[in-house]
Amino acid sequence: MGIITDPAHGQAPLPPGPEQDALLRQVTGELQDKGFVIASIDKLVNWARTGSLWPMTFGLACCAIEMIHAYCSRYDLDRFGVVPRPSPRQSDVIIVAGTLTNKMAPAFRKVYDQMAEPRYVISMGSCANGGGYYHYSYSVVRGCDRVVPVDIYVPGCPPTAEALVYGILQLQKKINRTGTLWR
Amino acid sequence: MDLALKDLGDYLVGELPDEILGSELAFDQLTIKVRREAVAKVLTFLRDDVNCQFKLLVDICGADYPAREQRFEVVYNLLSLTHNNRIRVKVATDEQTPVPSATGVFSAANWFEREAWDLFGIYFSDHPDLRRILTDYGFEGHPLRKDFPLTGYVEVRYDDEQKRVVYEPVKLTQEFRSFDFLSPWEGVQQVLPGDEKAEEAPPQPKPEGGA
Repeated sequence: MGIITDPAHGQAPLPPGPEQDALLRQVTGELQDKGFVIASIDKLVNWARTGSLWPMTFGLACCAIEMIHAYCSRYDLDRFGVVPRPSPRQSDVIIVAGTLTNKMAPAFRKVYDQMAEPRYVISMGSCANGGGYYHYSYSVVRGCDRVVPVDIYVPGCPPTAEALVYGILQLQKKINRTGTLWR
Repeated sequence: MDLALKDLGDYLVGELPDEILGSELAFDQLTIKVRREAVAKVLTFLRDDVNCQFKLLVDICGADYPAREQRFEVVYNLLSLTHNNRIRVKVATDEQTPVPSATGVFSAANWFEREAWDLFGIYFSDHPDLRRILTDYGFEGHPLRKDFPLTGYVEVRYDDEQKRVVYEPVKLTQEFRSFDFLSPWEGVQQVLPGDEKAEEAPPQPKPEGGA
């Protein structure tokens, strides 16, 4: 639905209503009349990207439990096209859920390096954001942004499943807004 | 229960007078102090003796007492399922002196002793594979020693030029703060505003009826 937008509405997809109905009628008419529609490729690409954000499963600590809650039936991230993947080659986003230790940091960076572009990072919870409770520890990385570039920080200890869902929605918004084919 | 534990302590001291330095009851549990060289013998006795049957090694912990001459203590926690009984065995040592390994008696001791070596630097002789188990690869120092700084010596960062995770000396943007909770501006106040009357007794209801 968000593919075709007229300049008056900018980037935001139309909410359901009479305006959207009119637009859809227009598109359908054009399809029947000419057999094709014209849309800008970057918007099409962004729409496709936001619709299937496959996250790399990277649960490191108790935050992983809340991440699992977000995947399960009550919040059901599947309906946003968010399907957890076991392999970095298949994933678009990595959710760092938990404490990143010094010992884990090289492995984490390796997983991130193996992901294909475009890739995004969601830092979930206090420990991943800035070390949190373990900020002064000898064995914990003081924020996973010391190792990878982070797109979205989800605060909380642990953040609720809603908070993570909100973070994913914010990432979708960010992808829509940035609107570049390559970065 | 306490009587049975005391009897067990007396029995152990009677059976192994040269190896056991003392026994005491602490926190409803029997603790025996053992000579370092004899720890394997005592553990074997505790495992095999018909009155003990401590067949399960629950844990081996280390403890650091910097004030003592022999600063480290190795604590073996044993459980006897047969007699529904637990015992604590303590051995003192220092940085140099090795403790005889208990792996020959309990195979579970292998990783526990690696952990004690890793975190305290307690050396175990005759251990089949004494290397670090928990800390980072190439970690230096023994972090649970009292003289080990909380923040350690190195921290990691990804270096964009070298394209790898690098180790650097620790540089804290904010020093560790220790709260004394005495200043009214920091920490919890003794009485919250509005709670002044919380400690007072509630007003007594007047006796009804009578006269």
